[in-house]
Amino acid sequence: MMARGPKIQIQRVAKSFGAPGRAMPALEEIDLDVAEREFVCLLGPSGCGKSTLLNIVAGFLVPTTGTVLVDGRPVSGPAPERGVVFQEYALFPWLTVTGNVEFGPLLQSRPAADRRRTVDRYLDLVGLSAHADKFPVQLSGGMKQRVAIARALANNPAVILMDEPFGALDAQTREVLQDELSRIQRVEHKTILFVTHSIREAVYLADRVVVMTSVPGRIKQVFPIKLPEVRDRFAHEFTRYESDITRVLREEVAKVRA
Amino acid sequence: MAQFLSSVPELMDAGLRGSRLPRGRALALRLAAIVAFLVLWSLLSGAVVVLKLFNPIFLPGPWLVLGSVLDMAVRGPLWIHLAATLERVAMGFGAGAALGVALGLAAGHLTPVRNVVEPLVEVLRPIPPLALLPMFIVWVGIGEASKIGFITYATFFPIFLTTVTGVRQIDPLLVRAAQSLGARGVALFTRVILPAALPDILTGLRLGVALAFFVIVISEFIGAEHGLGYLINDGRNFFLVPQMLGAAVVLGLLGYAGNGLVRLLERRLTRWQHPA
Repeated sequence: MMARGPKIQIQRVAKSFGAPGRAMPALEEIDLDVAEREFVCLLGPSGCGKSTLLNIVAGFLVPTTGTVLVDGRPVSGPAPERGVVFQEYALFPWLTVTGNVEFGPLLQSRPAADRRRTVDRYLDLVGLSAHADKFPVQLSGGMKQRVAIARALANNPAVILMDEPFGALDAQTREVLQDELSRIQRVEHKTILFVTHSIREAVYLADRVVVMTSVPGRIKQVFPIKLPEVRDRFAHEFTRYESDITRVLREEVAKVRA
Repeated sequence: MAQFLSSVPELMDAGLRGSRLPRGRALALRLAAIVAFLVLWSLLSGAVVVLKLFNPIFLPGPWLVLGSVLDMAVRGPLWIHLAATLERVAMGFGAGAALGVALGLAAGHLTPVRNVVEPLVEVLRPIPPLALLPMFIVWVGIGEASKIGFITYATFFPIFLTTVTGVRQIDPLLVRAAQSLGARGVALFTRVILPAALPDILTGLRLGVALAFFVIVISEFIGAEHGLGYLINDGRNFFLVPQMLGAAVVLGLLGYAGNGLVRLLERRLTRWQHPA
């Protein structure tokens, strides 16, 4: 066997919206590889097309040009190999916490005992074992997002795509969930593509931060984050990454305002 | 009743809502309203007799009506008429519901089906179903088929329309989430689209049950030998006012029970909306 290539390959992907002729470009010529077990954050001013790019990788949107490969195979529509965690949680309200986490394994017709084990394991991982029989309406936002993360993990996807997953949460819950996700990643070692507009969040979680330009989105600069696995938000090194990225990003935000 | 509140939002919600009206008091109020209605009715029919306003045969008191119902029950004919009506409603509504839900799901989910079915429904729907009853009789005759078919026709519309609405209102994010978890085709339909549309479908069924009892009476006025509608018409022919009112009361109770049955089904199937 040859050495394995990158897990996700985004090749010359561009996307414009609207009728041909008057189309508005949203993304321009994106090239990006994500290695196996790598955590990559897409960071950019709002409306820069980072969510568009994630939706293309998820298979919800078709790129105008270019292709996305996952494990070397081109993406053509949503598939269970690419798990998605949405900002709005998107839990199935008619299913309990258990039912939501079990959704993927049930579709794969895995035996009941096996499903039971999977559900127990991931509910335990996100700290929701005590709420297994509750319905989504009974959960807080933070709890809902934990269920959504457990649901994505339980399906054992090749990659996980997260679209501003903590964007709807209050600041405290947000940091708690960042801690949780960082801890989960140290256990699970998934390949994760994560969209955010929070610099702190990106530096805290990512192995690599990809800063995008304002619309039409291009890759402006890539910051490999060389920090220990367990990160301290107040460490000198941490804040230096923050200020470096802030400087680069500020130019882009200024362009949007101008 | 102690309630388990596990989170701050839940606590706050409970605090803002305040404690609910005690169940006993609400029930007492409801019963009192019914008793007041019966008393008022008795007083009115009594006043007609005393003041000689008009022939009291036009407004028999509630006890005479009840007596007539009991008499029919004891002698037996009530059950034959009741069974005839219930059978027609069950068959007609059952067919209407099956057709409405099936076509509604297809039209809500598949655009080509919607483009074919919706214009036809939009053209036929504004015609009051009762206006078409004579046509049903001309086409199908005055037998059972026209009565059942007529209920099917009338109940189809609300059930079809709420089902289409239910399917079309599904949050596209839920569909995307399901697809990313591997749901496609039939699985996507049975595991996501159907449960998501279920609350609206059940609302349509409730409207359909009410409509079924509404139209069955009139179709039983014409060319029927049994049924509660026949009892009312028969009462009119022979001036048996207590029988007319009695049959109407029984119909009311049936409609109430039908509605209650669907509500029970609703509560069982959509418990997730208001879990204990």
